[in-house]
Amino acid sequence: MGVVVFMVGLIVSWSIAGLGAIIALAFAFLWVRDLTTGTPLAVAPDVEPERAAAVDISVPPGETPMVLSPDEERFPRSKFLELSTLGLGGVIGGIVTAPALGFMIAPSFLKQGTKDHDLGPLSDFPQDKYVVATYMSDPAQGEVSRRTAYVRYNGPLNGQPSFTVISNHCAHLGCPVQPNGPLEEDKKTQNGDVTLIPTISIAGFGCPCHGGQYDTEGNRTSGPPVRALDRYSFSIRNGHLFVGHAFSVSHVDGVGATAKIHKWKQAYPGEPVSGLESWLYPIQPPH
Amino acid sequence: MATTPKRTQKDQLQEAILYPIDWIEERSGLVGGIKYFLFRKVPGDINWFQTLGSATLTAFLVQALTGVILAMYYKPDPQNAYSSIQHITNDVFAGWLVRGMHKWGASVFIILMFMHMGRVFLFGAYKYPRELNWIIGVLLLASGLAEGFTGYLLPWDQTAYWATVVGINLNGTAPFLGPFIAQFLQGGTYIDDGTIARFYAIHMLLIPGAIIALITLHLYLVIRLGVTSPPWSKEAAGTGSIVKREKTARTGLSRFGRGGR
Repeated sequence: MGVVVFMVGLIVSWSIAGLGAIIALAFAFLWVRDLTTGTPLAVAPDVEPERAAAVDISVPPGETPMVLSPDEERFPRSKFLELSTLGLGGVIGGIVTAPALGFMIAPSFLKQGTKDHDLGPLSDFPQDKYVVATYMSDPAQGEVSRRTAYVRYNGPLNGQPSFTVISNHCAHLGCPVQPNGPLEEDKKTQNGDVTLIPTISIAGFGCPCHGGQYDTEGNRTSGPPVRALDRYSFSIRNGHLFVGHAFSVSHVDGVGATAKIHKWKQAYPGEPVSGLESWLYPIQPPH
Repeated sequence: MATTPKRTQKDQLQEAILYPIDWIEERSGLVGGIKYFLFRKVPGDINWFQTLGSATLTAFLVQALTGVILAMYYKPDPQNAYSSIQHITNDVFAGWLVRGMHKWGASVFIILMFMHMGRVFLFGAYKYPRELNWIIGVLLLASGLAEGFTGYLLPWDQTAYWATVVGINLNGTAPFLGPFIAQFLQGGTYIDDGTIARFYAIHMLLIPGAIIALITLHLYLVIRLGVTSPPWSKEAAGTGSIVKREKTARTGLSRFGRGGR
């Protein structure tokens, strides 16, 4: 148990790890002492059972007689040494292995999540047209962190600007979906790590890898994808559009600003988020 | 001079060669061990198909050797991976050759594994008492395929990147644990600047270690259980006695026969 607390502590904080180490050592000590108290039985390992019984008669009343029946388990010194060697070896092995395994596995699941990213002023996004926006989600990592979002300004909704921000990760196996229509490459703008390319009029999105097709709202229309395209949350600060974390979408009813988005926690591509099949993926790691 | 027997130059030479070998043998028994390993008794009607296993081993050794050398020039990070591969291919002496051996040898290794597996299957060599060796072989096959998967990302070109995206997400669709496997492989929610080093470490340290351990077990069992006779053999191999075909025909032609020694 102490080892478990120690492992958890390594992930959570050093004080808990210390506590776990103390518990582990305390229990190891108790365990070893437990084994040691068994050793007195080993004092007369070679005595014949009959003789041992004869000795027992001479034990003064008041003291517990030491009875060694022939089939009673003995605990000789060699057995103790064998077990304690194996046990201590196991403890040492565990102490070495646990942090190494934690070091290998835990970082994939800790401190995940994305920072909001500025895509530029609202005026960069013409109404009812998709703009291909690429940006580095973590500029310190460079090009490997580049993400692509298809951004459409839907006009105002209840006095607030409404946007559709679709992720380019195909819901089949994660290839980059492409807009089905021409891009206005000559109107490409670059600002820092953000690139914006307007499209003229696209008929949806298609994936080059295995042919998945989506409509302009990201609903699957044909091919292998199991759900609609993921979307990004967005926010507007000081007249600038910010993209946030991604979430998964089973399907979208309606179009544009008034569309009803059936929103789910972000799942990996290829995993249905609604219906019976989604029961195969009950827990998602922290994204 | 004349009293002592004259030692010819040939004798001296022979002694000079044998002395160190004897020295090692006397202290380790290794020479005898190697002889025992190399000069085992095999069925008399053994077949060329039974060389596929050692061919697979050779392919693995080629991969291990060329991989170690490539590791001296390869840089596992997103900024340098692609250019270091270009450097290996175009600039380093014989780099094109060693990289080519590693790249094409990978396919040879996988193909030979499948051919070896097919031979074992068709010869019935997976049957008693060799079931465990089949299981170890399956683990070796899985490890070999994992080597192929992790090695594919390392050139860090478009094919490598997107094939890996698809491969990771394929893992992600496994029920229950899939998403966790995918995230473990990526080292996070997305492929990031640590993923390539992660794949590199898995590719060149973790899985090869497992493969070497499994090959050791695999060979140990081959030596212990002996080589199987071909299906058409009348000989129960290795026992030194001839068992009638009727007895072994349906039981997988195992070297020991049913209820053997």
